[in-house]
Amino acid sequence: MKILVCIKQVPGSSNVEVDPVTGVLKRDGIQSKMNPYDLYAIEMALSLTEQYGGSVEVITMGPPQAKGIITEAICMGAKKGSVLSDRKFAGADVLATAYTISQGIQKAGEFDVILCGKQTTDGDTAQVGAEVSEFLGIPNVANVLSVTNVADDSIIVTASLDDKVATMNIKMPCLLSVDGDINSPRLPSYKVLQSVTDDLIDIYSFSDFADQNPDHYGLMGSATQVERIFPPEKNAEKRSISGNADEQSEGLYQLIRERKLV
Amino acid sequence: MGKLVVHQNLVTKEKAPEIQSLCPFGAITYENDQLDISSACKMCKLCVKKSGGVVTYEEDVKKSVDKSLWTGVCVYVDHMEGAIHRVTYELLGKAKELAKVTGHPVYALMMGSAIGNSVEKLLHYGVDRVFVYDKPELKDFRIEPYTACFCDFIEKVKPSSILVGATNLGRQLAPRVAARQRAGLTADCTVLEMKENTDLVQIRPAFGGNIMAQIISPDTRPQFCTVRYKVFTEPAPTKEAQGEIVNMEIEEDKLTSAISVISTLDKPKDIDISEADVVVAVGRGAMSEALRNQAKELADLLGGVVACTRPLVEGNIMDAKHQIGLSGRTVKPKFMICLGISGAVQFAAGMKSSDCIVAINTDKSAPIFDVAHYAIVGDVSEILPRLIAKIKEGEANV
Repeated sequence: MKILVCIKQVPGSSNVEVDPVTGVLKRDGIQSKMNPYDLYAIEMALSLTEQYGGSVEVITMGPPQAKGIITEAICMGAKKGSVLSDRKFAGADVLATAYTISQGIQKAGEFDVILCGKQTTDGDTAQVGAEVSEFLGIPNVANVLSVTNVADDSIIVTASLDDKVATMNIKMPCLLSVDGDINSPRLPSYKVLQSVTDDLIDIYSFSDFADQNPDHYGLMGSATQVERIFPPEKNAEKRSISGNADEQSEGLYQLIRERKLV
Repeated sequence: MGKLVVHQNLVTKEKAPEIQSLCPFGAITYENDQLDISSACKMCKLCVKKSGGVVTYEEDVKKSVDKSLWTGVCVYVDHMEGAIHRVTYELLGKAKELAKVTGHPVYALMMGSAIGNSVEKLLHYGVDRVFVYDKPELKDFRIEPYTACFCDFIEKVKPSSILVGATNLGRQLAPRVAARQRAGLTADCTVLEMKENTDLVQIRPAFGGNIMAQIISPDTRPQFCTVRYKVFTEPAPTKEAQGEIVNMEIEEDKLTSAISVISTLDKPKDIDISEADVVVAVGRGAMSEALRNQAKELADLLGGVVACTRPLVEGNIMDAKHQIGLSGRTVKPKFMICLGISGAVQFAAGMKSSDCIVAINTDKSAPIFDVAHYAIVGDVSEILPRLIAKIKEGEANV
């Protein structure tokens, strides 16, 4: 089976600090890394191909530096990867991002299963996977826990649906967003790193895509618009319980009594 | 929409690194004397504000939608075999508030199989109309027929805004429908407001919660958003049933699916911290076994549960289902005590709408005190045992 995993480069720490004076986001010392949720998807893809045969490719959208995570995925065992990178993709919301990735996937080839991580740690929306499947016109299931019984044209998956676990049969091609913590992602092999060459990484830009309407990409293709950004409000009505440990515990005890918790 | 324009004539070799450093995402590149903006750009427009005219924002003329054709605030009824998820009622309460601004009706959309009894319940939450797709094919949640019904409803009714609970189901369905409608979708909104021109103002934490983003979809309809459970307050049900039930029909061939559900089993019942009325949370400053045991004792005395921050889960000290925060659960208890928790934004995002928050921390500048209602600057290991003793003593005297 041919599996494609959608991955993303995210800031190494989600603790992006905002300078209270200038309002500028501080990025000193923040490095990029692969979105941690994507590692579970890559691991699932690799173990499926080990069991049932086939190959794993990866795809990402981002700046040219996003090549780094493609290399990392190849070191984990992926065969090759694609980077979708173009100035025209800048400022994309969920809609435009998903559309761009769906165009890129069609460029990258045909796949039986497309895997996504549960969500990214920077955007945190968990929505792009489902929108990609819509643009590709294939079924999707989210919060996938396991894939078993790979047949010629279908697979059996289990997925978490809030307080239920559903087991279902899905025809391929399909897109699955896998849950976090479902396996132990393998470490990249540094032996493989020596042999990763640029020809294993395809770079696609707007001009490579089938849809040549620039209004469908980036900011132009986005339906949502950020009207303003502002710092989170701090709690105004704050009281403090001061004194030594005896006085503080007494103050807290009285509060608990007032609230009728004991 | 618009685009960023770099005025190359204003760029000098000396100035370039300074402009590059303005971008928190490293999206500004400088090669061959050309300053360029790569696809890492998130359109935060900080470069426009700070570059002194080197980068400017230029508005494009764009197609607009006739907003008067789209009316109503709709809530998707999240349910499992007819058991309605409570987030639905919370959203209906919010929908009513939003609809008041524009004078729009409140709609509920429910799809499933043999859901007649559940539909009746919705009539106690101030809806004007409940649209129902009741078909055997909709018994199990499968993405294609559910998307088809949702889109059929949108085409026939043309609602202006659609609120969906951010459950595992809603997080699949909302994006799929929004993509088919080429409409805007904002995930995990924490505040919703309505403009008089029917634009839905959606506010959500961005950049890991360090900043709030106010988002609108001014040129597309319907406007989709998802909201997590326990962000809004559930209204009390009305005694009298009100509102009209509208049974919807759809062509059979739209209800086919490449998915067949083999079984749906209940997950083993775990302690669900998001349901608790009292939460005692421990962080790095209270992770010793002794303090964790005391925290558990306190939680038991108060009829609550113990929760924790991410480092305790990563350190395999506590199970992930106890974790509060963006990568864990969202809680909204009536009373919460935070022990030795610094209060990273990701944690705060998962608990700050709790009714009453008490924080105990030795560091008086810990950000947890920004969200806490009661601040106790002190040592958990000294306060906690004394508090437990007082509660026990008080109970013994009753």
